[in-house]
Amino acid sequence: MKHIISVLVRDSPGVLAKIAGLFSRRGFNIESLAVGHTEEEGISRMTIVVTGDDYMLEQIKKQLNKLIDVIKVVDLDPMNAVGRDLALIKVKVESPQKRSEVIQMVDVFRAKILDITEGSLIIETTGRQDKVDAFIKLLEPFGIKEVVRTGKVALARGLKVVSLPKQSKK
Amino acid sequence: MKLNGSHILVECLKKEKVDVIFGYPGGTIMPFYDALYDEKEIRHILTRHEQGAAHAADGYARSTGRVGVCVATSGPGATNLVTGLATANMDSVPIVALTGQVPTKLIGTDAFQEADITGITAPITKHNYLVKDVSKLAQTIAEAFYIATTGRPGVVVVDLPKDVLIAEADFHYPKKIALMGYKQISSGNISQVKMAAKEISLAERPVIIAGGGIIIGDAYAELADFAKKCNIPVVSTLMGKGSFDETSDLSLGMLGMHGTAYANFAICEADLIIALGTKFSDRVTGKTSEFGSSAKLIHIDIDPAEIGKNVKADIPIVGDVKETLKELTNLVPEKDHSSWFERINVWREKHPLRSFNQDVLNPQFIINKIYEETGGDAIIVTEVGQNQMWAAQYFKYKAPRTFISSGGLGTMGYGFPASIGAKVANPDKPVFDIAGDGSIQMNIQELATAVYNDIDVNIIILNNEYLGMVRQWQEIFYEKRYSSTSLKGNPDFVKLAEAYGAKGKHVTEKDDFVSALKDALNSGSTYLIDCVIPCEENVYPMVAPGSCISKMMGVEE
Repeated sequence: MKHIISVLVRDSPGVLAKIAGLFSRRGFNIESLAVGHTEEEGISRMTIVVTGDDYMLEQIKKQLNKLIDVIKVVDLDPMNAVGRDLALIKVKVESPQKRSEVIQMVDVFRAKILDITEGSLIIETTGRQDKVDAFIKLLEPFGIKEVVRTGKVALARGLKVVSLPKQSKK
Repeated sequence: MKLNGSHILVECLKKEKVDVIFGYPGGTIMPFYDALYDEKEIRHILTRHEQGAAHAADGYARSTGRVGVCVATSGPGATNLVTGLATANMDSVPIVALTGQVPTKLIGTDAFQEADITGITAPITKHNYLVKDVSKLAQTIAEAFYIATTGRPGVVVVDLPKDVLIAEADFHYPKKIALMGYKQISSGNISQVKMAAKEISLAERPVIIAGGGIIIGDAYAELADFAKKCNIPVVSTLMGKGSFDETSDLSLGMLGMHGTAYANFAICEADLIIALGTKFSDRVTGKTSEFGSSAKLIHIDIDPAEIGKNVKADIPIVGDVKETLKELTNLVPEKDHSSWFERINVWREKHPLRSFNQDVLNPQFIINKIYEETGGDAIIVTEVGQNQMWAAQYFKYKAPRTFISSGGLGTMGYGFPASIGAKVANPDKPVFDIAGDGSIQMNIQELATAVYNDIDVNIIILNNEYLGMVRQWQEIFYEKRYSSTSLKGNPDFVKLAEAYGAKGKHVTEKDDFVSALKDALNSGSTYLIDCVIPCEENVYPMVAPGSCISKMMGVEE
């Protein structure tokens, strides 16, 4: 089963290596990992998608919590969270006709065109993973030259937040 | 007042009341050694290999409960610490390791003696730091000591680039450390503790498993009170040796792969197991699905990740074992359990520990004699293998921090340098390294350290001219195909000891051993006794790996 884990970490050198190392040496599978700064200075947030049973999820959370640079670990309930992937896709367009076909698809999927050259387009799309997958699949016949994806980022719905422990805020 | 990084480091160590450190200098750590040169309050013991320094710091820490400190230079110096750090971290020993590093500008350039020691040690430490700014040095050292000693203790590496050791900054030592997200755990959840107390009051055949957590958590007295109040038999893990007085009628000795038959039988028939400060190693459980399968399990540990990791607990309690045991003892009724003890005592009489070569000098006799001659008031340090198991089985441990052994990692070569650390910390106690002829050779260079510093450790080599435990497995599981386990070609250990300036005796008879032992105890110097023991003596009982712990070789049905 897939789980989305949100992790608040101290922005210290090596923190990503420590987390990645923990997953590999304990045999946990990372499906995707996205990391970036948060609203608090010096704190980053990772969204990690993992597959595993309840035992493994429990161990992942506990082992993550043992890392000194990890401040908080929350597994988000997939039914009550919104998650998004972002993808940049470079597509080959051999003729003006092909280009307009691609642009039509971009409109239908509410994606964006970021760059146009004579022979190619760069398209940005965000959405649920399955939507991004479907979009990429539809673009395949035109000839995809490159794809880069972020991995899922997610937030719990409503007022629930993954925040720093109150008493120890800097 | 401005100080350079090296002097800041020295001042930090003094603030942490460090009186001895073990280390080995080299290029990048030289500024720190220069600062140590005039230092009177901190004793530096030069080992002859960095691995020796790490193990000595470990022996110092295990025998006192204080932080052990070791120092090495960058690159090979730091990588030579690695086995020692992994050993300590596996057994939750508080160590702060200070490593030199190439100057910050050279980091990442494959400079001379550069190694990414924070990268290398991340999986085998509790935490590590690379200090890039001298103004953060004092704070980092304070955090390192705090992390090493709090919660479940462990190893912290602080990597120190040479320019940071030279640069100057104001010295302020933080009074209090608070790390966001690093919570201190006290007593266990009270409703869980109440549930545990209820199960204990209902149990007819309860058993306590005492792990190393009792010793680390300083809960020796609380365990004794608890076990005595409810009359519950106590089995210990290897790391739990010394957590409970083994001369007590309540003690059943060690459980697991080489545990006593009566300890393992008791676990198998128990209706309640109370596991305290233990991680349920595979060496303890054997086949986990059959481990204590007729019992409910109460598991108390300070590390939440240990609960439910290897064995599922019916009543999990995350808590400091000392505080939790106090509460639990208050809540449980006094009990008798005499019929349970009758059953246990039948096993105890029928299946005692025994040697199969009683006529000649044998390892069991040797360990027994050390126990008798010292009255049990000694620190026993072991190497790894048969020597370790005999030392665990035959010496009766009565107090915490008297049995010191590499349990989790199982590091050969640990014992001798660790015994040096233990003796430095406990100059008034006799300290023994129980060794095999294989493992003693892994760090035998430390004879120079011991002799030069007048550290009178007694080395007992149980010499069977084999890597004994591997040979035993080859005998049992590989049809006596003794592949690469013969140690023919051993040196003359006595001459070797004498070459280093230590005393030595080669013994082949029981009487000779006893007189050599007395001589060693009175010698006041490093003393090596090379004991010739039967080469095919095995450690029994033995549970095959992955089998149920009731199925023991060397125990008649």
